[in-house]
Amino acid sequence: MRNLLKNRELLLGLIIVGMILGFSTRADNFASPGNLANIFNDTSILIILALGQMVVVLTKSIDLSVAANLAFTGMAVAMLDAAYPGLPLALLVVLAIGIGAMLGAINGLLVWILQIPPIVVTLGTLTIYRGMTFVLSGGAWVNAHQMQPDFLGIPRMLVLGLPILSWVAIVVVILVGFILTRTPFGRSTYAAGGNPVAAAYAGIDVGRARFLAFVLSGALAGLSGYLWVSRYAVAYVDIAIGFELDSVAANVIGGVSIAGGIGTVIGTVLGALFLGVIKNALPVIGISPFAQMAISGIVIVLAVVFNARAERRKGRIILRDRAPASEVSA
Amino acid sequence: MTAQASKIGTGALPADTPILEMRGISQVFPGVKALDGVSIALHPGQVTALIGENGAGKSTLVKILTGIYRPNEGEILVDGKPVTFANAQAAIHAGVTAIHQETVLFDELTVGENIFLGHAPRTRFGLIDWRQINERSRILMQALESDIDPTTKLKDFSIAQRHLVAIARALSVEARIVIMDEPTAALSRKEIDDLFRIVEGLKRQGKAILFISHKFDELYEIADNYAVFRDGRMVGSGILKETPQGEIVRLMVGRDVHDVFPKMPAVIGPSVLSVKGYSHETEFRDISFDLRRGEILGVYGLIGAGRSELGQSLFGMTRPAAGSLSLEGKPITISSPADAIAAGIVYVPEERGRHGLALEMPIYQNMSLPSLIRTSLAGFLKTTNELALARRYAERLDLRAAALSVPVGTLSGGNQQKVVIGKWLATAPKVIILDEPTKGIDIGSKAAVHGFISELAGEGLSIIMISSELPEILGMSDRVLVMREGLSAGLYEREGLSAETLVRAATGNA
Amino acid sequence: MSIRKMEPREKRVIPDRLGTPLRRLLGSWEVLLFGVAVLIFIANSLASPYFLDAWNLSDATFNFTEKAMIAFAMALLIIAGEIDLSVAAIIALASTAMGYAVQMGVGTPGLVAIGLATGLACGAFNGFLVAVLRLPSIVVTIGTMSLFRGISYIVLGDQAFGKYPADFAYFGQGYVFWVFSFEFVLFLAVALVFGILLHRTNFGRHVYVIGNNPLAARFSGIPVERVKFILFLLTGLMSGIAAVCLTSRLGSTRPSIAQGWELEVVTMVVLGGVSILGGAGTIVGVVIAAFVMGLVTFGLGLLNVPGIVMSIFIGLLLIVTIALPIIARRVRDASKA
Repeated sequence: MRNLLKNRELLLGLIIVGMILGFSTRADNFASPGNLANIFNDTSILIILALGQMVVVLTKSIDLSVAANLAFTGMAVAMLDAAYPGLPLALLVVLAIGIGAMLGAINGLLVWILQIPPIVVTLGTLTIYRGMTFVLSGGAWVNAHQMQPDFLGIPRMLVLGLPILSWVAIVVVILVGFILTRTPFGRSTYAAGGNPVAAAYAGIDVGRARFLAFVLSGALAGLSGYLWVSRYAVAYVDIAIGFELDSVAANVIGGVSIAGGIGTVIGTVLGALFLGVIKNALPVIGISPFAQMAISGIVIVLAVVFNARAERRKGRIILRDRAPASEVSA
Repeated sequence: MTAQASKIGTGALPADTPILEMRGISQVFPGVKALDGVSIALHPGQVTALIGENGAGKSTLVKILTGIYRPNEGEILVDGKPVTFANAQAAIHAGVTAIHQETVLFDELTVGENIFLGHAPRTRFGLIDWRQINERSRILMQALESDIDPTTKLKDFSIAQRHLVAIARALSVEARIVIMDEPTAALSRKEIDDLFRIVEGLKRQGKAILFISHKFDELYEIADNYAVFRDGRMVGSGILKETPQGEIVRLMVGRDVHDVFPKMPAVIGPSVLSVKGYSHETEFRDISFDLRRGEILGVYGLIGAGRSELGQSLFGMTRPAAGSLSLEGKPITISSPADAIAAGIVYVPEERGRHGLALEMPIYQNMSLPSLIRTSLAGFLKTTNELALARRYAERLDLRAAALSVPVGTLSGGNQQKVVIGKWLATAPKVIILDEPTKGIDIGSKAAVHGFISELAGEGLSIIMISSELPEILGMSDRVLVMREGLSAGLYEREGLSAETLVRAATGNA
Repeated sequence: MSIRKMEPREKRVIPDRLGTPLRRLLGSWEVLLFGVAVLIFIANSLASPYFLDAWNLSDATFNFTEKAMIAFAMALLIIAGEIDLSVAAIIALASTAMGYAVQMGVGTPGLVAIGLATGLACGAFNGFLVAVLRLPSIVVTIGTMSLFRGISYIVLGDQAFGKYPADFAYFGQGYVFWVFSFEFVLFLAVALVFGILLHRTNFGRHVYVIGNNPLAARFSGIPVERVKFILFLLTGLMSGIAAVCLTSRLGSTRPSIAQGWELEVVTMVVLGGVSILGGAGTIVGVVIAAFVMGLVTFGLGLLNVPGIVMSIFIGLLLIVTIALPIIARRVRDASKA
């Protein structure tokens, strides 16, 4: 039991499976492969955004501007697509990632060079990016009929039974997992967040690690911008408003420590899926979709309580016979 | 000396070129000159003991060697060529590595990664090569005679094991100069023997080792040369085995012990604080003593022996698991610092900046903080009363400050300590617990603080003085409680007490 | 044994303070900010002929009074090293509770009591999570922000509550005398109370010490958790008061009421010179910041700049006001070296 509680990912995975089984007693097809694929596809954008957020949180920072970044980039590529129908989709996607990365870099520079607390920086840029979206569009909407068929269609195209949108999320999961476990930058995020002083002693540039984390988070928010606008076939100033909190929630639920240095890709993905399953289950079990916000809130608070219990440090262990078993053995 | 010690002597022939040499190094911080024209040379295959009291400049030297500080004056030569360490990475590249006092590593990362963080082996695509990390870590740990699995997270290991990991980290960079800062502080005798075997191995490989320790018997066992620091200067160096311990102590302290510590003969009264079977879940157990009126009770032990934890628990920072307290014969329970203050027990913490002061707030506000209840009127501040209180204790303690409204952080270490002591004296306590009262303050202020402590005892205050400095403990205490690994290792009377007795009790060497 | 008497100490007098009161005042953030406020005031009166009108100026105060009342409590919270991002959601929940009570036929005094009680309850909940369970306030209040507003959504969905009693309108629309609205007078009174609480009481001193060094505060016997709990309670109460005023002014409740206000409140506090890292700041600074933000919003409004564009200015203001002192310090240090 203790080991189970210790393995955060396994526990969360079991809870999600339990939820799916529970909900399927109310609606037969809830656990059907088709519906599960649907839920995954529906959660894809949150997964992508949450993974960017996770890298930032690992470095003991937070990025509250991701949803505003998403809105700005989404609007920018939608307007480009409407104004210049000839632009290839690949270029638009690259632009979305590039614009997003740039907005992320602004956050990162303010945090790195001026050492302004990340929460203040991104609170500020959150309103600025959202305002810029209005300035860019003049408050106008870009509607489905103005967008090109491939702009809308490609993310919906099925490959091996899954829409490309889902495949993009899967690729991002693998990519971020790869970056975090296999690259020097990825490892430096854990060190920079886990113990910034010790990281400096080990020759790691903590500020630079934070900057790169913000750039990565921005790039993924930019990619999400295109995916969002394509999926919902509309771009306006207020898209994804408040979605930054969902990305933080997915992390907290997934066991990522808000104090930095602790977290896994699997945990964050499961955290996002947890929210996705609840969102898709509400209509099935006859709860108003308006309840979703309150449920997210309760889940965040419970997850924080749970995380704090797991992370709580006890006093120093000085008495030899009070050392845990593993310490006595070697 | 043991048989082991005589074996060491063979490698101690001074080699001609030092691997690393420091010349005329000075490091100035606001208000204090931490190092003043220090020169030192480290030779291959030799262990140099760096000796000095706390605050003598040892850790500043280590920080310069590891690229954390950049000295204001002087030069560093590696293999005879001048170098500058722009950052920690540069020092690592030059072959310098340090195993620090409180080994700083990452709990949430695996042992292997802790060993290789910042210089991990890469695959040909520039990616982290986990296979190599784990393999090489395993080999390094095996060389240290440990079977720790490199894929386990560090948080599962004890202090001694963490030390091994830190040493493995030092070896992993192929360092040529290894700095060991109090590596034995938290180790048992068997673990120390293991460590010394490792040091012997490093010597044979031609590495230069800078070994910092307070324990003389260990130094004589392992070191070839010595350098003694006092007040930021190097006051002596040479071949250790040719120098008697008394000479080293004299260099370290500068004068005869009893001259430095103006202990006045105190009139010891009846028991004030009686501690019986005091125990904490994980930190200490079964501590008993009677603290008497006018008495200075020294508490001696190694770093991590549970002394500060005991002091903080008596002050209500942690709850004891068992045991009882009585103050002037009446049983009391203390479950918060507020309880302790109300009862007349106060604690002057070891880490002044972290635990004792709000550095950006004015001197007078720091001083009046625990006494606000008396300086204020119905919950409203009376600044004039606060200033008067601050002035009274500033004058009594001979505080040097530009004004009472300047932030405490602008004062020197010694004056900051006066503010903390003043802050607590203003509460009119019966028992004052001083945790390393002279750590990190210059020798002049030290004497003043010691004189003041003695005066307070003379006035009938009961004092518990936790200290790692033997001369301070020996010079100031009426009785000494020695702690080892959270347990009491004896209560000794001042009369006829020797440094050797205390060190033996503290380290558990019979 | 030699007993060395301490040398007789020469009496050296340490002054209480350095410099003259005027000099200290001139170097302060508050004076700088006041200068900014005056400049904006002049610019506004030059840009629009409608600006210098007593009733127009009185209208302008509604842009900040409700937010500023929360900002005073938030300032104490931030000085103590915590934050509450759920304040706008508390407004939504308190307003929803009042709207619900209206449908039950509750009268104005009952409505006010319900609004304030809801605020206090939300504050107590936040305080419990942060001070008792010792959770990080930034995530906890992101959670309770979803929770509180989420409850409003469950109750209201896409509906609205209205039909508030006629005398309920006084709190948001009434005037005490001439152009001075009830809200503005309340704002001044609240500023005074918080000013005294922070700067003139032992409690206020404890708030500063906790923000400066929470460990040292604990080691000095300050009941850190109790102080934090009270601060969350106060922030909840002020959000409840703001909910009464705002609901009264709008005359209706939607679950999206006061959306995004938490950011504006934090911006106001930080603009007022309160350190986001805790330990420093004054109520006077927050008062001036409230005027600055109100004047900017009002001035841009007169120039027909849309609200969302104004938010760009607010965001820039937030970052620039924090960045400028940092840059100035860097320049100063660089020129010294």
